[in-house]
Amino acid sequence: MITYIIRRVIGAVLMLLVVSVVTFAIFFLVPRIAGATPEAFASRYVGRTASQETIQLMAQRLGFNDPLAVQYGRFIKGVVVGSEYDTGTSVEKCPAPCFGYSFITQQPVWPDLLDRSRVTLSLAVGAAVIWVIAGVSTGVLSALKRGSFFDRSAMGIALAGVSLPIFFTGMISLVFFSYNLGWTVPGGTYVDLTVDPLQWAYSLLLPWITLAFLFAAGYARLTRAGMLEAMNEDYIRTARAKGLPERTVVVRHGLRAALTPIVTIFGLDFGLLLGGAVLTESTYSLNGLGKYAVDAITNNDLPKVLGVTLFAAAFVVVANLLVDLLYAVVDPRVRLS
Amino acid sequence: MSRRSILATAALGTVLALGLAACGGGGAAPTPGQTGAASAGAAAKDEFNASIDKIWNPSDKKGGILKLANNGTWDSLDPGNTYYGYSFNFIRLYGRALLMFKPAPGKDGNTLVPDLAESLGETTDGGKTWTYKLRKGVKYEDGTEVTSKDVAYAVARSFDKKVHPSGPSYLNELLDWPKDYKGAYESKDADISSAITTPDDQTIVFHLKQAFGSFDYIVQMPMTMPVPKDKDTGSKYQEHVISTGPYMFDKNEIGKSFTLKRNPNWDAALDPNRPALPDGYEVALNVNADDIDNRIISGDLHVAVAGTGMQTAALSRVLPDPALKARADNPSLQRLWYTSVIPDVKPLDNVDCRKAIQWAADRTGLQQAYGGELSGGEIATGMIPPMLAGYKKISTYETPGSKGDEAKAKAALTACGQPNGFETNISYRAERPAEKAAAEALQQSLGKVGIKLTLKPFPQGDYFQLYAGRPAYVKENNIGLAINGWGSDYPETFGYLQAIVDSRTIREAGNYNLSIKMPEVDKLIDSIKGEADEAKRTEMWAQIDQLIMDQAVTLPGVYAKSLLMRGKGVTNAFISDSQQMYDYVALGVQQ
Repeated sequence: MITYIIRRVIGAVLMLLVVSVVTFAIFFLVPRIAGATPEAFASRYVGRTASQETIQLMAQRLGFNDPLAVQYGRFIKGVVVGSEYDTGTSVEKCPAPCFGYSFITQQPVWPDLLDRSRVTLSLAVGAAVIWVIAGVSTGVLSALKRGSFFDRSAMGIALAGVSLPIFFTGMISLVFFSYNLGWTVPGGTYVDLTVDPLQWAYSLLLPWITLAFLFAAGYARLTRAGMLEAMNEDYIRTARAKGLPERTVVVRHGLRAALTPIVTIFGLDFGLLLGGAVLTESTYSLNGLGKYAVDAITNNDLPKVLGVTLFAAAFVVVANLLVDLLYAVVDPRVRLS
Repeated sequence: MSRRSILATAALGTVLALGLAACGGGGAAPTPGQTGAASAGAAAKDEFNASIDKIWNPSDKKGGILKLANNGTWDSLDPGNTYYGYSFNFIRLYGRALLMFKPAPGKDGNTLVPDLAESLGETTDGGKTWTYKLRKGVKYEDGTEVTSKDVAYAVARSFDKKVHPSGPSYLNELLDWPKDYKGAYESKDADISSAITTPDDQTIVFHLKQAFGSFDYIVQMPMTMPVPKDKDTGSKYQEHVISTGPYMFDKNEIGKSFTLKRNPNWDAALDPNRPALPDGYEVALNVNADDIDNRIISGDLHVAVAGTGMQTAALSRVLPDPALKARADNPSLQRLWYTSVIPDVKPLDNVDCRKAIQWAADRTGLQQAYGGELSGGEIATGMIPPMLAGYKKISTYETPGSKGDEAKAKAALTACGQPNGFETNISYRAERPAEKAAAEALQQSLGKVGIKLTLKPFPQGDYFQLYAGRPAYVKENNIGLAINGWGSDYPETFGYLQAIVDSRTIREAGNYNLSIKMPEVDKLIDSIKGEADEAKRTEMWAQIDQLIMDQAVTLPGVYAKSLLMRGKGVTNAFISDSQQMYDYVALGVQQ
């Protein structure tokens, strides 16, 4: 087991390196191929009437004059051993992992990522709890009451949930619940868990439900399909013949078998969400990783783009690793070799 | 747990997740965020354009918190490192430059008035040396007195564009800095007396390389707001700017939000321009633009800081609703949306081919593409917007109903040797729907006379650096037309026009002037620089505008307008010509 974990961790580090190379190439190499000079890069980060001399100074400060390999090496060195930043009046130490400083706000990227990840984590965990409970229980009920009014209604709502984009449901929910009824908080409101747990939950209630609505729908349909298949298996008939209570048959024998694909997809979904629920965060103006990524790309803020991409990729890789390990717990048929 | 219990639990989960989103529950109590704004009703009668040329809901009552939101990130809160128009407006709440625009509605708001200085600049040598006397007794938030040396230091630190890259570089270019000077950080001990002198603590003298009659317009910009040298933290100064205005920073989370509270060391007797009505300001950053509109409509928010106008989704709600429209204002902006017609690209090197474009263009179609009369703007006939000196309605390419004239366009095509038309590309910024619509409108109207346009969208971040603003790329890729836009830094024609019509500003990449390379225009600009008579300067600007249109190197689209909405419960709302949005210095909160 330990060897397996070590092997996977090494694989994850290599994967992150590949992600960093690809991201770096997209934002630094591709524009060069398109003809961008160091000055062209630098002119994005100066005032609109800056002189050529100012642009050249900026290119020098941001290191755009160096070969790409040197620029990439400097970035990786910062991540591994840290770097320094000249604020003009002093030289600031940026400890590892240093993802550099924003080209626009001149703020260090790593503290931003940590700060934003709290919002994203809060959003993802709360929504995940709701969508797993709602999605799985709806799926189970629909499977057990196949063809009933409940089954048809639930699957109809699930279809709507999958089909409606968050920027639509989110904006409608905000207008209706926050601005017309005043039941929920306005967009952009976030209270940290450590400040006030109740206000934290209240501030995230609408984003949680909106996000969960989207995911719960898919999970309900997936669970229903899995349960229908499992409940028709021979071992279920055997379990009932042995006189086991229906609850045990459904939960321990039916649901457990149906859960394996759910766990797989949950790992991927949750990992991706931890990297930033882009649409939800943008719609509700939550300053999480997703919104951070969007703003960074919009502003061509390359250190932020690199930082948030690697950070998000790390979440996906770790979530996948955890899912693989969870298989053994959920499904005894799976054994790690 | 019985089967019934399982079902009950599952049903509860379902109801929680799927039901609440649709049905909701609970009482209708106001949210914490709504309390301030929504509870304060407006005292004045709502009326469309009530803040244009007059003050809506005038009041001198102090108190309340003004709530603002921005759909983006501030470039910087540091006065030496900011360039956004709304930032120039807002920064006056916590900083005092030598001069400022008078907080007054309409044209009156274009007047420069002394702020930190006692009077406007004085020059005795035709504009080469400018002297300002500071008001005595103005203090920073920590109680120390502001001196002229602090203003000199502020200007010297803003010189360093490696540390403060975003701010305007006018003073870098205009002042006679010592050779190899690198700014207050790298050239700490340099003698800068060739550029700035401070004979005493209340006097500052600027020495220019050459005479510049509009220097007062430059020193109203934030880079003359004093910075105490011992409190300067370089690029980190934006985290805590030391205030000289009526408000100081309370909390500041860069990129997320900040709040201002009253500055106890601000003396109203030394500041005739700021009523300082609210007790504080709450500013949220990076808020969804559609959400900002919805919150202003509902009364949860007072002001959209960016001041660029409501989004399309909100416009479709506001314009048909008389009650909502009555809360809106439709100011004109010192901004032009236009298309550069690039003479470097064949066959547009022939003036008649360029004229064919002028005649064929359906300008009403362009106006619709930019958002129509209210949120797009007025049909433009030249490069200078109506609010600036030198504006004249140019009738060179006037057509019935501004819909274009196919016969004249075809005649021009024949004259340029392309009777069947020609093909070229038109570029625009991919992220801007209005620019795409404008390119499509031109494609349609020019297509009628045989001028075939192929649309070429480019990412807006690289538009001027890599594509439309890079002459080599433009030539190689046959980009004959490029959708463009420009707004003024300050309400004076030089500040607006020079950067986009002077051919000597054109460089290898990053150009905004894409098509105007006319020696006669350059010559007139030089004449304007040395001309003391304002009437003559105005006449020369008008000549430049006419020359550009005669050569047909730009196709003006619209003189921009925006649709703004007054937040519920604001007082003293007006739009000045200088800010072209609500004047943030004057706004108050209904008590």
